[in-house]
Formats: sequence, C-alpha cells, structure tokens
Amino acid sequence: MAQVETVAEPRVELPVELFKGMVEPDWCPGCGDFGVLRALQGATAKLGIQPKDVLVVSGIGCSSNLPGFFNAYGFHSIHGRAIAVATGAALGNHGLHVVVTGGDGDGYGIGVGHFIHAMRRNLNLTYLVMDNQIYGLTTGQASPTTEIGHKTKSTPNGNIEMPLNPLALALVSGATFVARAFSGEAKHMTDVIAQAIQHKGFSLVDVFSPCVTYNKINSYAWFKERVYKLEEGEYEKTDFHGALQKAYEWGAQIPLGVVYQIDRPTYEDGDLALKQGPLAKLPLGLTAEQGAELIREFM
Amino acid sequence: MAQEVTVGVGGAAGDGIDKTGDTFARAYARLGLHMYAYNSYQSVIRGGHIWLRIRAAEEKVYSPGDQLNAMIALNQDTIDQHAAEVNEHGVIIYNGDKLHVDESVFKPGVRAVPIPIKDLMKTVADRYGVRLDTVMQNTVLLGALIWLLQLDLETLNKMYEEIFARKGQAVISQNVDLALAGYEYAKANHPAMDYRWTYSRKSRPVLTGNETIGIGALMAGCRFYSAYPMTPASSLLHFMASHAAEYGVCVKQAEDELAVVNMAIGAGHVGVRAMCGTSGGGYALMTEAIGMAGMAEVPVVILEVQRGGPSTGLPTKTEQGDLNQVFGASQGEYPRMIVAPADLVDTYNTTVEAFQMAEKYQLPVTIISDLLLSEHNETADPEAFDFNVTIDRGELAEPNENGNGEYKRYLVTESGISPRSLPGDAGNMFVGASDEHDERSILISDVYTDPLMRIKMMQKRMRKLEGLLRNLPAPTLHGPADADITFISWGSTQGVIWDAIALLAQEGIKTNNLQIKYLVPFHTDEVATILNSCKLKVLVEQNFTGQLGRHIRAETGISPDATILKYDGEPMEPLYIVNHVKEILNGTSRNGR
Ligand SMILES: Cc1ncc(C[n+]2csc(CCOP(=O)(O)OP(=O)(O)O)c2C)c(N)n1
Ligand code: SF4
Ligand SMILES: [Mg+2]
Repeated sequence: MAQVETVAEPRVELPVELFKGMVEPDWCPGCGDFGVLRALQGATAKLGIQPKDVLVVSGIGCSSNLPGFFNAYGFHSIHGRAIAVATGAALGNHGLHVVVTGGDGDGYGIGVGHFIHAMRRNLNLTYLVMDNQIYGLTTGQASPTTEIGHKTKSTPNGNIEMPLNPLALALVSGATFVARAFSGEAKHMTDVIAQAIQHKGFSLVDVFSPCVTYNKINSYAWFKERVYKLEEGEYEKTDFHGALQKAYEWGAQIPLGVVYQIDRPTYEDGDLALKQGPLAKLPLGLTAEQGAELIREFM
Repeated sequence: MAQEVTVGVGGAAGDGIDKTGDTFARAYARLGLHMYAYNSYQSVIRGGHIWLRIRAAEEKVYSPGDQLNAMIALNQDTIDQHAAEVNEHGVIIYNGDKLHVDESVFKPGVRAVPIPIKDLMKTVADRYGVRLDTVMQNTVLLGALIWLLQLDLETLNKMYEEIFARKGQAVISQNVDLALAGYEYAKANHPAMDYRWTYSRKSRPVLTGNETIGIGALMAGCRFYSAYPMTPASSLLHFMASHAAEYGVCVKQAEDELAVVNMAIGAGHVGVRAMCGTSGGGYALMTEAIGMAGMAEVPVVILEVQRGGPSTGLPTKTEQGDLNQVFGASQGEYPRMIVAPADLVDTYNTTVEAFQMAEKYQLPVTIISDLLLSEHNETADPEAFDFNVTIDRGELAEPNENGNGEYKRYLVTESGISPRSLPGDAGNMFVGASDEHDERSILISDVYTDPLMRIKMMQKRMRKLEGLLRNLPAPTLHGPADADITFISWGSTQGVIWDAIALLAQEGIKTNNLQIKYLVPFHTDEVATILNSCKLKVLVEQNFTGQLGRHIRAETGISPDATILKYDGEPMEPLYIVNHVKEILNGTSRNGR
C-alpha cells in the first residue's frame, strides 16, 4: 500500500485562545474531556485553520458538550447521530473542516452503524471519541467498551459482555487513519489530532479520556502504567495486518499514536455533484427553460 | 359524449407490462388524450402478478375510473382473475396459441380475441432473418388493441422510432411490423369496437407524483437528497440519482433512515437545500431527528409516501394511514409544516413551496403523499407547471469580519425568525443545539436552567407558525356551494372524489369537496366556517379510523356526519363513493366501512 506523502503547507499558527468558546466547560474537575478540548484547540491553532472554517458536530453525552466550549461553527445534535449529521454537512460544504466529537456510548453504541459506514465511505471527517468506557452523562452505566467484570450501575454483578475493540473495528471497516491518544499525554494528543485533521479521508482518534466520577477502574493512573507511544519505536503504520495486531494489544502494554494510515480516494473525490465546488456555495434553482426540458423527458 | 376507454394489461413480472403500458400511454398522450394509469401488484399470486389499468379519455379524468373495456392478457392468471370484470361489449386480447378463455364468465357482448402469436411473429422474424424475443408479443397484441379501439397506428410507429432510435433501424422496423401484423390480423378477423376519437393533438407529459416531486425539488434548488430504499418512495431516489450529475445534486443512499434524515439536516445546517424521502416505516425511524430540526431551527424537507400499514403492512398497496404518525412525530412541541398534495401539479407546487417555507421559517416540512399519488402515471398540462421559481432563502445574517461573539443565532424577534448564518461565514459562529438554549445558542437545559428564557424561546419558535399560516392559502370548496353533500378529504382521494362528483351530478345529486392540503399549521377558522355552512359532511379517507376527521374534530370541534373509508390497499373508484353516498342518503349506512 502507498506510503502517505504529507506535503508541508506553509501555515500561520493562530493563538489557541481564538478557539476558546463563550462558555466554560462544566465537566467534573479532572474529567479527561478537558484534555481533548485543549488538544483540539491546540491542533486547529497549530494548523492555522480559521474558526469560521471549522464545524464541530457532536451527539449527546458529557463528551458531546465539547462544541459549546469551542469557538467555531458547531452542531450539538442528538444521541448517536453526530456522524450522520456531519456527513450531510461535509457533503454540503466540503470546504469546511468537519470534526466529530462524542463518547463511546454515542459512537460505538447507539451510533455504531453510522460509524462503520462513514469509514467504508472514507468521508473526509475527523472523529474524536472520548472513550471513558462508561456512560458518563447518564450517571455511570456500562458502555460498549466497558471491560468484562466491571461493576457499573447497570451491571452490579459485573459486566458480562465482551467489549468492542474500536481500533480493530475501524480497521476492518475501511478507515484510512486510525489512532489512539490519552488525555494524560497532552502534547502527544495535540499532534495526533493535528495529523488526523490533515489526513484526507476518515480519521478516527480513540482517546482514553477518564471519567473520574463514574469509572474508578480505567483512571489516569491505570493508563499511565500501561501506555507507550508507537512513534518512539520502529513502527510501520501502512501495514494493515501489523496495525490489526497493534489494535489487539491490551493489558500490560497499550499503544498510543497513529496505528494505521493509508491514502485512498475519499467519498467527496468520487461524487460527481461535488466537482463544481462546495454545494452550499453554488447558485440555487433552475431556469424556466430547464424546467421545460425536465418535462419534455416525459413526453 | 366525450370518448374514453380503460385498458387492463395483466401478466407476470418480467412480461414487459410497464414498457407496453408506457408506450401506449405516451403515444396517445401525444395525440391529446388524457391518461390515468395505475399499476397494482397482486403479490398473492406466485411470480408476482402485475395488473396495469390505463384510462384514456378525451376529457380530463381524475382517477382510475370504474370501467374495463379492453384487456391484454399476457398469462392465464390474468384471464382467470379479470375476464369477468370486462364490461359489456368489451374485448379480451391474448396469445391464442397458449392461453384459453372460459366464455361462460363473460358479461354480455364481451368478445375473445385470440391472436396467433407464433405464426405472426415467425413471419416477421423470417423477414429479418432473426429470432425475436418472446416479450415482443406485446407489440403484436398492442397492434391488435389499436385496431379494436380504432386508434391511430401511425402514432405508435413514431413512438417506436423514438424508443428504439439508438438500437437501429432494424429493431424499429421489426416493432413496426409486429404491431402492423397484430393490427391487420385483428382487422381481418374481428370488427372494431364503437370508438370515434377526436384528437386535440395537444401533447402532454405522462409522469408520476414522485417524478413531479423530483422536478419540483430540482426547480427549488435542492442539492442534497438522501434516502434508504423503501417502496413507494424509491422511485424518487431513482429520479434524483439519474439527474444528480447533470443538476449538481448530491444523492446519498444511506445505511438507514436515521442516517438519511440526519444527513439531510446536516446539509441543511450548512445552507444546502436538502430533502429526504421514505415511507411510513422509515419515517418512524426519522422522528427524533425531525424534532431536532424543529428545535435547532434547521430547514429540511421530508417526503413520507404512505403505503398500507401497520408495520411492513401492504408494501405495494396504497393507504392514507400515516397521518397520525406524522402528527405525532418526535417528543415535545416544535414548529413544523405538514402538507398533503392532491395531484401531479400539486405535488410539484407543494415541493417548491416546501423548500421555500423550510428556509423562510427554518423548520422541517413533511410532504405526505401515498403510493397512488406517487406511483401512478398521469398526463398533466405542461403549462400548468410554473417554472418561474424565485428562490427565497429567508433571512440570512450578514457575515461580519469583526464579529466577536455578539451574533445571536436564535435572536428573539416578533416573527420568531432569527437571521441564519451559515458555517464558513465570517464572524457569526454558533453551535446549533438540540438542547434548549438561549439566543446565543448557549445551553440552558440543565446546569444553567433558566425558566424565563425557556418560555421566551418556546414562544419564539412557535410564533413562526403564525407567519407561516398567513403564507398558506386557506382551503375552499370545489363544486357547487349549495351542494347537499360535502366530501372532506386530503391527499390523493381528491381525484376520485372529483370523478364521483361528476357521476353524482348526472344523477341529480349535488355534491362538493373540501380538500385539506395544509395539515399543520391548520386554517382552523376558515375550515370551521366552511364546515358550518355545509349540509351533510362526509369524510372520505383511505384508512380505517378517519384520521383527518379526528384532526378536524380536534382543531374545530366539528365532526363529520358520515364516513366513507377504505383500507383494502386498492385505490378508491368513483362508484365506491357513489354507492356509499346512496346508502348514506337512504339511511342504510352512516359509516362506509
Ligand atoms: C435516544 C436517546 N437515548 C438515550 C439518551 C440518554 N443518553 C444521553 S447521553 C447517553 C450516553 C452517554 O455516554 P457516552 O456517549 O459514552 O458519553 P459520556 O457521557 O460518557 O461522555 C445516554 C444513554 C438520549 N439522550 N437519547
Ligand atoms: S461524569 Fe465523567 S465524563 Fe462526565 S464530566 Fe464527569 S468525569 Fe467527565
Ligand atoms: Mg462515555
């Protein structure tokens, strides 16, 4: 598979404060989502993308509140539908940088269908999942990534369902950029998110974003003991089977960084309707003569 | 009296019935005949029995009618099922080599017209030194029909020249010769029926409701259409897909209807005129998002083409059973428009209007159609379509390079309309919100709950409906004002009611029609005034419970005096209404069920 070539574009870095929203985050003190917000702000600032050219779409959950804390266009939609809303927005104006943010429940539970299809379409979306392995907003029920045996409000005797593996699911669904970050590694996460935004095609960043209130197991300390960065060793990110193996590395050693990245035409590249430029910018309506022509098709 | 004929064509799926019917309808629509064709799929029979009825008339007709004057049978099932329905002095045309008729079931004067297909086709095949596909028997049978109905054969030939232009002269000639063979054989062996046509020669298109909706969408500047295949909405997906590249429309088949509607809303959010389409089952999946569009004030057009319910129901049959669902869509209360077009030109106008109102009032618009309206073929006067569409995008905020957070996406105004800004515009950033929010779109849903703001925002949103209602024309009575009976209806049943009104008038029974097009917002005062002036109010609906009747009662406190309801999946026919009216007048029925 082709090695990805990143052509360095000269960019003017913007101040991070430019991306600070009107509202202070109301997450619990210590919530991992603060780190994700800062990393996203750092990445857009570093890349020099103007707030008006960013659209952050989310679903519902603690993590899905992020767009309200970020200065850009946004859409805080309904639970599980962020990717679908973002798909329409990205196709409607492919000149925008569309970033989707949400939780593990939002994206891997109720919205998992859209997640899979967006990846096989290779839509040009950046998806940041604040994976806290719990339903935070609804006060601590099991999520699709909750580990076996974990006692939550909805699994008082311990979770008996096998957790979903987001990275492996992304790989087999055709994602062209699959990465993992950790809220305890701010600079690294900023780098990974910046790469994800720059990637042409669908990029997933699954972020370990601890819920300090409802998940007492997968805490900062728990992750700190286990994570290591792929970039610090020898790693070939274009090898699909190698990436799949990395996706299953869990336990004593858990990898962070870009697990997989390849180049594949995006959905936007293939849709003939998008060739004339962003749909939202095109003139509207047809002439009376065009209308008459449409009718003549049926005569 | 104006001439008219109804032809039935029946056979198995794959027998080429659609093409044969289309060729016939389009050919004689060019001579100025009005057409109304309805295809019913009798899926009870193995192999998928198809029964197409085409009504052709010198004057405008509004329904499939009650007659069956001629029949082309492509298989034995068709003869067995429908031979007894053929009217007196009608004809049954079929392949005499293979099929047989039982004349004992015929009505008086009905004639069997067996055609020796094998011999006739062999003569033509030998002439060209080719083997002819068996579906080409349809052309021979059509030729025989043209003779019997005394229609102009040359018109059919011209049609073949166009249809097969790309396949070359040989194919054209073969078809022309096959039609002639059938025509000549019938002429030599069977006297023609008693028809003398006067052709106005005004050429009209033959199209379906989904096609006129598609044309309306394109004219209104729709640039995004999403759908998941579901009968009877799929033909709009096909129309949009086949016109997507030429007209610059992104047409997206999505993974499910949840995605379909949310994608359309996403496209609407960035300023694209967006539409999606489905049937009742898909609409059920969409409802949560439709409420979101109401809350976040995103323009979007949703088409709901009803089929027989409940559940998977009658997938290829017609019904008007989803009105309650559309009313009940989504939790909470939010502004929306629900509109039910009645005929082809109306579907076009309605679609254009839906896009305009969706953007002007920033809300979801549901167009509710049904299988009959969306899938039947009919002629329409080309000049009835107003193609001078002036796009009105509603109020948009000026981009503001120096904007510094003062833009209020949900500004409280007298009209309730807040000028929209579109992602990419300088300075006017905001986050569309499904949670309750303040004017700046900052959430007030839990941590900062603000009851006064909540009231203000709720009122602002709902106020939009007042302006919208003023933009929509109130319904009026069709037919004599002093009628003894008023039919109350919505959607596709208008057509059959108008045909029934004409039949009843011939018998001296004066009736008229109150057709309700705009269901939400509702012209409560106007409808109440009209209904209070009516003598006997008869509700006509293609469902079990009379859902429009319930809505009218809720809005006006007025109930119908009697109902004519039907829920067998087949469209109403004029006599169905006529006969029920007589029962109602005799006092033998107050409920047409
Ligand atoms: C259709 C629907 N079902 C359920 C809910 C309730 N709900 C809100 S957020 C949520 C789960 C949140 O979990 P996650 O997406 O992981 O986000 P987190 O709060 O953990 O960041 C649920 C079940 C809802 N809002 N909508
Ligand atoms: S409940 Fe958990 S996820 Fe939600 S804000 Fe608090 S720490 Fe974060
Ligand atoms: Mg979670």
